[in-house]
Amino acid sequence: MSIVTVQLGQCGNQVGHALFDVLCSDAQEGQRKVFSSSSCERFFHQTAHGDLVARAVLIDMEPKAINQSISRAAKSGKWRYGETSHFSQKQGSGNNWANGYCVHGPRHRERVEELLRREVERCDRLAGLMAIMSVAGGTGSGVGTYVTECLRDVYPKSFILNHLTWPYRTGEVIVQNYNSVLTLAHLYQLSDAILVHENDTVHRICSQLLNIKQISFGDVNSVIAHQLGGILQPALTADSCGVYSRNPLGELVSCLTCHPEYKLLSVSTIPQMPSSSMAYSTFSWPSLLKHLRQMLISNTKMEEGIDWQVRPPAGAERTRTLTGPSFNTSLANLLILRGKDVYSAETGQRTDLRTPNVAFEDPALFTSWLSSEDAVNVWKTPVPFNKYEKCATLVSNSQALLRPLDNMVGKAWNMFASRAYIHQYLKFGISEEDFLDSFTSLEQVISSYNQLR
Amino acid sequence: MTQSVVVQVGQCGNQVGCRFWDLALREHAHINKKGLYDEALGSFFRNVDSRDCDGGASVVGGRIQHLKARAVLVDMEEGVVNEILQGPLREMFDSTQLLTDVSGSGNNWAVGHMTYGSAYREQIVDKLRKASEHCDCLQCFFLIHSLGGEDDVITSPYNSVLAMRELTEHADCVLPVENQSLVDIVNKIKRMSHDGKPGSVIKSESTVISGQGGLSGAEKPFDAMNNIVANLLLNITSSARFEGSLNMDLNEIAMNLVPFPRLHYLVPSLTPLYTLAVNVPTRRLDQMFSDAFGKDHQLIRAEPKHSLYLACALMVRGNVQVSDLRRNIERLKPSLPFVSWNQEGWKTGLCSVPPVGHSHSLLALANNTCVKPTFMELRERFTKLYRKKAHLHHYLQVEGMEQSLFSEAISSLSSLIEEYHQLDATRGRFMPDAPRLSIAV
Repeated sequence: MSIVTVQLGQCGNQVGHALFDVLCSDAQEGQRKVFSSSSCERFFHQTAHGDLVARAVLIDMEPKAINQSISRAAKSGKWRYGETSHFSQKQGSGNNWANGYCVHGPRHRERVEELLRREVERCDRLAGLMAIMSVAGGTGSGVGTYVTECLRDVYPKSFILNHLTWPYRTGEVIVQNYNSVLTLAHLYQLSDAILVHENDTVHRICSQLLNIKQISFGDVNSVIAHQLGGILQPALTADSCGVYSRNPLGELVSCLTCHPEYKLLSVSTIPQMPSSSMAYSTFSWPSLLKHLRQMLISNTKMEEGIDWQVRPPAGAERTRTLTGPSFNTSLANLLILRGKDVYSAETGQRTDLRTPNVAFEDPALFTSWLSSEDAVNVWKTPVPFNKYEKCATLVSNSQALLRPLDNMVGKAWNMFASRAYIHQYLKFGISEEDFLDSFTSLEQVISSYNQLR
Repeated sequence: MTQSVVVQVGQCGNQVGCRFWDLALREHAHINKKGLYDEALGSFFRNVDSRDCDGGASVVGGRIQHLKARAVLVDMEEGVVNEILQGPLREMFDSTQLLTDVSGSGNNWAVGHMTYGSAYREQIVDKLRKASEHCDCLQCFFLIHSLGGEDDVITSPYNSVLAMRELTEHADCVLPVENQSLVDIVNKIKRMSHDGKPGSVIKSESTVISGQGGLSGAEKPFDAMNNIVANLLLNITSSARFEGSLNMDLNEIAMNLVPFPRLHYLVPSLTPLYTLAVNVPTRRLDQMFSDAFGKDHQLIRAEPKHSLYLACALMVRGNVQVSDLRRNIERLKPSLPFVSWNQEGWKTGLCSVPPVGHSHSLLALANNTCVKPTFMELRERFTKLYRKKAHLHHYLQVEGMEQSLFSEAISSLSSLIEEYHQLDATRGRFMPDAPRLSIAV
């Protein structure tokens, strides 16, 4: 029933804070007692005084970001972090994955496991663990990978979801591709599902949909928090028999990542608009779903600039030549619908052939070796989310991340070919062999996703 | 948070160091309104309780009582250090932090390195150790010193090459600064000040050469130039000391800007050099980025745009957001040649606290092959002297000094030049991507 979140590094701690903020203010909105108590139970623990304390452990190798998140939460007056739920050091990881994974991780393992244990024990029932981190730096990536290993060790039967923020392509960190490759290769063995947000994509959402002129990391984090919240807030699933699901991570994983070669998940949310425009907009489920479906097919992450020309191959026969290069083949999709009249929303069940272009269950969208019935799941709740009257979130296991992943591996490989920066990693305890293993693993993942077509 | 220890050596090192401490105090006084000894202050200063006869340092969070610089001052002549000890900064240094002698090294690297080096080695290590022990978590030593001795000394190439070998082999990062560049910047600012054109009146305390607002009174000669270097040090540590949306610690600088161990010479550029007295629109922000890649703001004379960037760091201070950063990187990228395996080799940091007198600032650190001509020129000047054995006996007569040190030093310089040259040779050439691993399907 409860999810324990681990926030790692500067990004993890900033995104985590934004997420809890959204979850808390959404949970406390309006008159929805059952929803609110389910949401609070899932993410917060209530003290004797009635304070909401996030079920979170904050980890960083340097104190500034954690201090900022803790004080901001406290200032909100609505929720806070546990007083002793954080662990930080002074030196940082220097953007070095090996420093995070080989040195800091093991050095502080006991302390971190202790904090996690305390947080998990506060839950009546553990629904699973979520680690939030970036892949570009040293702590989120390196320590984050090590901590995920610990989670796997200590809680072998729990579901582990990793939320990763991928950096802007034109650098935030020069060695970001090395750090990303090492992280992803390792996480693939440890995680049940890897949910990805790319800074470039979120940045475009901020500028084109939200019309923000001078975009800050705070803005980026708010969008990520909104999309994540749309996935994690309580919802009614096919299995949950009329009550809010008590096993959200488990259900997410079984819907989407049942094959070990395919764990990368992307998110799209519709609508997204500046709060000032919301009062003047009306939404209809057919329109939202139509746009969302086309966003999936054409691999656009937002409802502007959608290429309506991209179509799934017609008919039951699907040969490779008919699928254009921009068509995004899916393995599995999860639709989460929140808001008014949600039960009237039609997502294209088999029987409904009248609405072909909202048909998510169209076999043409999916790889041939899965039946489309199994590949699509829909969760619903009539409770609106984060002030949007209607909100649709699509979590997708598809080729959407294939190009960015390929890009990342390609750049890292080029750099590796010249051995640039390798001495910085070797001095902390990993070898060139380790690099090669990671590259091999990811080429395998890329190949698998390529073959979905 | 971590601490740094500043080691200022020789006349130049101590003069620059002195300006650094003055401006550091000014910066912290500007921000730290409550007079509490916070972590940021702690990165460069200890807080000593004067009643405690041990001189033990007090804990972060208490009131500021007595600030002591985390510094070691070394000079084989007394003049400069004595001046510091008689000046307004005297309280900041304990006698235990100083190491001086009387006669100086006579602009002779061998005398400094061999004679004084061996005589004072233990004391030096001792003082460094004491300074480190005062730190909770020591991250970095900053060494401030000149390379050649006085500019017009005939043997300065010997000194520079001998020193460079040590720098190449032992330093993690070197930020070279040329006197001529500093002079040019000072003159440019002075010209602007006297210009008198409407719209170009500058706020004098905002200039990168100004010590206004600091403890020291009237400016001495070279103060203007030295203030520039002091500002460089303040900006490079700003993101480690103050908060921001994208922190950049010192160890991240070394990690991202040094792709191969010996290629750690970074070209610094500082902007803005001054702030205009009238309020200017935010277009100025983009101008700041352009300026950082213009020659007027570089602290060495070199042509990075005509050479090859191996990596580049942008450390931004003030009210600047990630979108401003991205927009400017996109804009400037096409005109900057980057090495093939690091086409997007940018490391960025955003620190919310601007420097005194400015609303924002930018420090660019470039690892660029443009340092190669500088090194080649040094090698030429060295070779001219060495070939004729000019003044060699002044060095060889020093106990411990051998000719092999000369040949090893020049050899180290040559191989450094060669490493840069190999990378340079790839400039403009189409470098195909390395073939990827293929997976059996």
